[in-house]
Amino acid sequence: MQHILLTAGSDVDVMVHGLFKYSYFGHEVWITTTHVSLLFVMLILIAFSIIAGQAIKKGAEVPGNFQNVVELIVEKLDGMVEGTMGRNAVKYRNYIGTIFIFILFSNISGLLGLRPPTADYGVTFPLGVITFTLVRFNQFKYHKPKEIWADMCSPLPPWLPIWFPINVISELAVPISLSLRLFANILSGTIMMTLVYGLLKWVATIWPAALHVYFDLFSGAIQTYVFCMLTMTYVSNAIGEEE
Amino acid sequence: MEFNREFILGCSAIGAGLAVIAGIGPGVGQGIAAGHAAAAVGRNPGAKSSITSTMLLGQAVAETTGLYGLLVAILLLFVKPLLWGLN
Repeated sequence: MQHILLTAGSDVDVMVHGLFKYSYFGHEVWITTTHVSLLFVMLILIAFSIIAGQAIKKGAEVPGNFQNVVELIVEKLDGMVEGTMGRNAVKYRNYIGTIFIFILFSNISGLLGLRPPTADYGVTFPLGVITFTLVRFNQFKYHKPKEIWADMCSPLPPWLPIWFPINVISELAVPISLSLRLFANILSGTIMMTLVYGLLKWVATIWPAALHVYFDLFSGAIQTYVFCMLTMTYVSNAIGEEE
Repeated sequence: MEFNREFILGCSAIGAGLAVIAGIGPGVGQGIAAGHAAAAVGRNPGAKSSITSTMLLGQAVAETTGLYGLLVAILLLFVKPLLWGLN
């Protein structure tokens, strides 16, 4: 069980570890450190949302401290989505706000000594795939097939689809680059922190807190912002100007 | 030719070192972006917040290529895919 905490091991070790093994219809299913970290993040988020929901339900006309904080969070998230997506924001602010809070808490869970869940490619790739699905769905919802074909052959006229394979590859690169960006940033921060704690032993007592501020808080917040921003940009590009 | 484990590990380390040279490009790009953002703030201090967020977004996108190099280095050092051919 010492693998759950990043700093508990005596040597430098940044890999994902399997903790429990289950046999499930003939397949080996491992419960890894990522699952445990995700469980902690989910518990924190669920507890916070239940408390915030109670506070809003019996909300006062003049909000108290906690209600103020909750309203501020929601207002800031909605403002971010509205600033980027404009009039399409109403449909997407729930989703963007959700993944923003989830990715943010996953990134800064390194502060608790956990291995951040987003330092596992199995967590970030599904997020990229969700963005990709949203983009494709909106493209087919708001555009005719002829327009999509003309768009995919874009620099050349639609009857000459030489650029079509290249455009397909560049579209497929979207979820991969989105997820790899988040994954590699958080993983590099995790490796740096593990090296500091694993190699310096007792020398690393109080001052690594400054490194935590950079690698966990700053880098994690920036990458969260970038992921949500790029998702919103791709989706509003897919929706387009018309309607 | 016969390769033993140590030779492959050493070559993996050299390859990892070469892979993170990819960090030069994003460094230059991020510096240019930050310099132009500073110039823009100097010209129009009122738009500081939107300039900062645009700069951070552009820098994070420019960083991706460097992170690919970092990823290759991490794979070579920790996953050691070149050793898979040994046994």
